[in-house]
Amino acid sequence: MVHRLKGPDDLARLREQLQGQRDPNKPCLAICAGTGCQAYGVGRVIAAFEEELEKHGLTNQVEVLATGCPGFCERGPLVVVRPAGIFYQRVQVKDVPDIVQQTIVNGQVIERLLYDDPLTGEKIVNEKDIPFYKQQRREILWINGQLDPTRIEDYIALGGYRALVKALLEMSPEEVVDAIKRSGLRGRGGAGFPTGRKWESCRQADDQTKYIICNADEGDPGAFMDRAVLEGNPHSVLEGMIIGAYAIGSHLGYIYVRNEYPMAVENAALALDAARALGLLGEDILGSGFDFDLQIRRGGGAFVCGESSALMQSLQGNVGEPQAKYVRSVERGLWERPTVLNNVETLANVPLIIAKGWEAYANIGTESSKGTKIFSLVGKINNTGLVEVPMGVSLRQIIFDIGGGIPGGKAFKAVQTGGPSGGCIPEDMLDLPVDFDELSKVGSMMGSGGMIVMDEGTCMVDIARYFLDFLKEESCGKCVPCREGIARSLEILNRICQGKGRPEDMDLLEELSETIQGFSLCALGRTAPNPVLSTLKYFRDEYEAHIFERRCPAGVCKALIEYWIDPELCTGCGACTRVCPQEAILGEKKAAHSVTRSDCIKCGACYDVCRFEAIAIRSVGIEPVPAVEAN
Amino acid sequence: MTEKATLETILTRYDRDPANIISILQDIQTEANWLPEEDLRYVCAQMEIPLSKMMALATFYKAFSLEPRGKHIVSVCLGTACHVRGAQRIAGAVERELGIQSGETDADLQWTLETVGCLGACALGPIVVVDGEYHGQMTSAKATRLLSKIKKADGNGAG
Repeated sequence: MVHRLKGPDDLARLREQLQGQRDPNKPCLAICAGTGCQAYGVGRVIAAFEEELEKHGLTNQVEVLATGCPGFCERGPLVVVRPAGIFYQRVQVKDVPDIVQQTIVNGQVIERLLYDDPLTGEKIVNEKDIPFYKQQRREILWINGQLDPTRIEDYIALGGYRALVKALLEMSPEEVVDAIKRSGLRGRGGAGFPTGRKWESCRQADDQTKYIICNADEGDPGAFMDRAVLEGNPHSVLEGMIIGAYAIGSHLGYIYVRNEYPMAVENAALALDAARALGLLGEDILGSGFDFDLQIRRGGGAFVCGESSALMQSLQGNVGEPQAKYVRSVERGLWERPTVLNNVETLANVPLIIAKGWEAYANIGTESSKGTKIFSLVGKINNTGLVEVPMGVSLRQIIFDIGGGIPGGKAFKAVQTGGPSGGCIPEDMLDLPVDFDELSKVGSMMGSGGMIVMDEGTCMVDIARYFLDFLKEESCGKCVPCREGIARSLEILNRICQGKGRPEDMDLLEELSETIQGFSLCALGRTAPNPVLSTLKYFRDEYEAHIFERRCPAGVCKALIEYWIDPELCTGCGACTRVCPQEAILGEKKAAHSVTRSDCIKCGACYDVCRFEAIAIRSVGIEPVPAVEAN
Repeated sequence: MTEKATLETILTRYDRDPANIISILQDIQTEANWLPEEDLRYVCAQMEIPLSKMMALATFYKAFSLEPRGKHIVSVCLGTACHVRGAQRIAGAVERELGIQSGETDADLQWTLETVGCLGACALGPIVVVDGEYHGQMTSAKATRLLSKIKKADGNGAG
């Protein structure tokens, strides 16, 4: 039975009581129940553990903890057996009886479920020794693996809401603003605006009604750190929001969350209810006299709503079109009232700064970018997952040391940062320290932290085409340069990918990009050409190969490739014949097959299914378009 | 049209506040699987919202469908991570298997095919979601098998 906490002493007592109930030596199975592991089927694994423990009569002796996402998605489902800290990876239902019998009952380590370091071949037993984790600095993410995000008790037992007590009862709002300013915290949503300055301007705005909004409309494809934080540790975001509200003088806030993240919506809602029941939200929070409450709003699947003014329009029940910012939203934002909008990760940093002091925080990172940043490392990379590192670490360290490099012995080609607004960074710039300013200098941006790794099999012209295709759909259509400019650029890229590029196309793309950048209202338009410009700058040879030689060096662009079966490698197993929707593959059983080019639609089904690597993608040169047509 | 009582429950849930219109439409779509015209007209009348504004909202936000959707909803993730791992090939295979293009519903209202920007489960890419269930590390052949299995389970009438 929970009681409303009337003051800081009540919270301290509750924490003591919760900690007292916890036996640090009690065996615990900490199982990642985040979206990634759910997709691997961890729900069935958890159910199997509960059943197996019951069979052994161990239900009360062993705790099953369904945790937030600790970040090592590549090896999910993840199970950590505590207190020993034994790290089991890729755990399936069939492994459950062994884990219970051998590890829980007999105290033995199961070799086959351990992580083996691909570099040394060594089996690693303990979670803390896994290289992927070891080289990170997990100030925010560490807690995800320690608690059940649906239980406020876990967060409190781990010291949660301590920063709130400090802020509300020991600090004035001005002191809170000052601490955030001095910490050097900059917005994690992409633009990197100093959070403390934003809060200060809003605090100074002359109005009784102010709002604080958490932007959880994480729309960049390939970025999922905000989801992991909001679904894996929602109370840290709540705590940051309440502190922010106190600092600026707001009494109502909103969490605007992407509807494609059902678990984040659910866990945030549970967190609000639990915090309200304890009196951590609502009137007179912890006897401080400060009132604040929060509501959750789900987005409608529009990427542009991650832009601040569009998000506020959406919250007001309108179409999410960005607005001209003649007046900043800290002065006139939501319903024309002073409003602070912060990203999920930014808010999760706030309790850390308040609890540990701004000095400690400002010691992490580079001169201009403080603290840690979470990146989602995805694409052609061995260790897909969430990586939290101090600002200033190099791209090479992230990709090769933590990420484990490129799978299948392929060569690295580029890393794309910053989502559709960002750019592609080539290999010779991998020693670049990652912070807000360095990435902008090379034509990319930090963005929210998506990091998509590409190898030699990725076509950079196709990547530029991919992002513009995405942005064409997501442009709200308000500004002509963005709406029409992206569509025209996409037409040009489409024809280049089809082998119909013209010599003047690269100049034309640059010219169009300049117009889109210069004359669009919001950041979506202003940054939309980045993927085109950065690939033109660093991978111009690929454009040239498409335009002048009519060939796609990476073997991606459909019109410029063909599928070919290597007679030396083909065993005639017939797997490709069976999946070919066109009946375009012919050959006798156990004899080399061949593709009938005229029937092939280049769907790639045969390529996916061949176990002997006998099917190859070949670049085919198309006859250059006659010069007359090109002009 | 959705039952009037259901619509009223939804409107009451959000205090008939026009600022909550997106949440209201989301809840109606959860009930009806799409946004029937009669429902929208009813909400407009009850909340004094012009039909023109309603249409602007319902067509702007991708989450809403103004046409009935199929019994099964298939979502192919086209996020960047899935893209570099060949998501286009998967999308093509799904289109061929279902006989519809992305954004379409088949004539028997059995299948709706959608694409999504990113689901944030990039380690499993390429991903296909069928009726809320994630299927990772897809190949075109696996996607085809998955869908034909569901078709079979539905019986012959499933199209």
